Amino acid sequence: MSNTAVMSAPASTGKTKSKDRPKMSALRKKKIATNAFISFVSFILLFGLCFMIIQPILNKISVSFMTEGDLYDPVVINIPAHFTTANYQLSAKLMNYKLAFKNSMITSLTIGLLQVAVCTLVGYGFARYEFPFKKFWFGCVLLMIIIPPQIMSTSLYLHFKFFDFLGIAKLVTGNTINLRGSVLPYYLLSAGCMGLKNGLYIYLIRQFFRNIPKELEEAAYVDGAGTLKTFVIIMLPDAKPILVSCFLFSFVWQWTDGFYSRMFLGNLKLVSTSLSSIADDLSTYIASQTGVQTTVSVAYSNCILSTGTLMIILPLIFLYLFAQKGFVESLSSTGIKM
Amino acid sequence: MKKKLNGKVSGLEKRRAVTGYLFISPFIIGFLLFMVKPMVQSFYMSFCDVQVGAGSFEMVRNGISNYKYAFRVDPDYSRLLLEGFGRMIVYSLAIMVFAFFVSLILNQEFHGRAFVRAIFFLPVILSSGVILGLETDNSVIAQMHATVEESMTNVSVTAVLEDILRTAGIGTRAYETVFELIDNIYDIALASGIQIIVFLSGLQTIPKSMYEAASIEGCTAWESLWKVTFPMVSSIFLVNWVYTIVDFCMRTDNEVMTKITDTMVDQLNYGLSSAMAWCYFVLTILFLAISSFLISRRVYYYE
Repeated sequence: MSNTAVMSAPASTGKTKSKDRPKMSALRKKKIATNAFISFVSFILLFGLCFMIIQPILNKISVSFMTEGDLYDPVVINIPAHFTTANYQLSAKLMNYKLAFKNSMITSLTIGLLQVAVCTLVGYGFARYEFPFKKFWFGCVLLMIIIPPQIMSTSLYLHFKFFDFLGIAKLVTGNTINLRGSVLPYYLLSAGCMGLKNGLYIYLIRQFFRNIPKELEEAAYVDGAGTLKTFVIIMLPDAKPILVSCFLFSFVWQWTDGFYSRMFLGNLKLVSTSLSSIADDLSTYIASQTGVQTTVSVAYSNCILSTGTLMIILPLIFLYLFAQKGFVESLSSTGIKM
Repeated sequence: MKKKLNGKVSGLEKRRAVTGYLFISPFIIGFLLFMVKPMVQSFYMSFCDVQVGAGSFEMVRNGISNYKYAFRVDPDYSRLLLEGFGRMIVYSLAIMVFAFFVSLILNQEFHGRAFVRAIFFLPVILSSGVILGLETDNSVIAQMHATVEESMTNVSVTAVLEDILRTAGIGTRAYETVFELIDNIYDIALASGIQIIVFLSGLQTIPKSMYEAASIEGCTAWESLWKVTFPMVSSIFLVNWVYTIVDFCMRTDNEVMTKITDTMVDQLNYGLSSAMAWCYFVLTILFLAISSFLISRRVYYYE
């Protein structure tokens, strides 16, 4: 009795299997077809969006190698007929590229390092220590992220124009110090965590330090490490990825920043500020060359502008190619939450 | 014994509190010196007529006449303010939808995902600061170019669609807004780099078992998007919403900001520019507070 039951069981399953097989495969076929369709659609969508983002850069590259005649030639669209590097030479001359590049490099590096160093201290303090009014001060950090710097620009502008710390300068020389035109204001701002997007760095770094287990810190204390030693030897090496990415952001945003550079870095020639005035420089340059006051055609000034933009973003593209992970990974690993 | 222990603990706590304050002291000093003081000063300045002399500057109080001037006399300010807010709402919504949509696609497995992700993040690096302002200048010219080309050669499919919808005559203004967004999809894509990454990081924290459970219960993919994915990333929506609005306020091509800077730098009217800046700031903060309050009521915290 039991034997027949056992015997019949596989037979019946075999039967149902053979019955189901064509049905299953039809279903599977349908599934495969829909999957293929979906991936095809998403491929087209992604390809289009990626192309849309990259296209301006490609367009700039092709335009930057054209001669002025090519710009007006309706036949020439993407590949220049007369290949030339004259545009690069001209925009390098107009922007004073070597000097501006050197200045920008030094400023971005030093300011990036300074900002990350200060923000690390503050972020660490917020993450690992309990003290009265902590919530209030952290609220101030959030407020700092929200408040646009432009709102205080009027006052800060005057503040640095007539700079006087506790009235000392007035006492000694009888006059206030004009810090406009020097680079000091921005370094002061950065040392006080008030630079470009510094609130964001504090927030990110705090978020990272909060995730480090408390036991690690306690073990360090038990082993006799002081506060500073724990911070430098135990905590900092762990936080390397987030620090690197904050530095990268700081560097890149400082590199292209126009607002702070114009307001607080005085008359220092930077790539960002020289790029924003390249169109005007071009018309004065051409006027001085030909001796006739003419308006430069839109196409040509655009071409020079594209070349200048390319020259500025080229270092950034290289940086991004090598440190892509540093930019993206840390942002997603800290787990931003509210 | 117990008392002594307690005293010791509170002593340690005190020391740690002092150390904590030492760590955040750069921020406190900077905040007071470069944030609170200028804020108070610029607030005071907005009620004053500021005259810049050779060695110093004088402030003469003149009540709310700066505010009156900004809203009643100045031909552009109130119009720009209204337009700016309209643009901010529409664009922020569009950026949120776009970023969420793209991050949903990027969250799936496919070949070259890292590459696509890198491209979407590229604008964060390349289109910041001055370059963004130049891009918009360029896009004006490009648009002019496009309209000229369009009128000369054959019409595109979208243009025909736009015409049909327009002649239908229902909700024309809504259509116009949508068309404007579609035309400016490039700007939206450029502005949503960080948001996409933040959404992606949120999506990756959702455990796979939830989707499995949902599919066993008979959820379709569409349903599990709304019942699982959406609630799980709702807190990320709040973060992104705040970030998007703040980002919009600080953009260099923001017209209200340009107006404020022009008033300050070109006309040297510090009082008026402070008044304008304060109005804009207060309105933005109000909007941000109300909208985040409304969103935060819907946020679902899974813990």
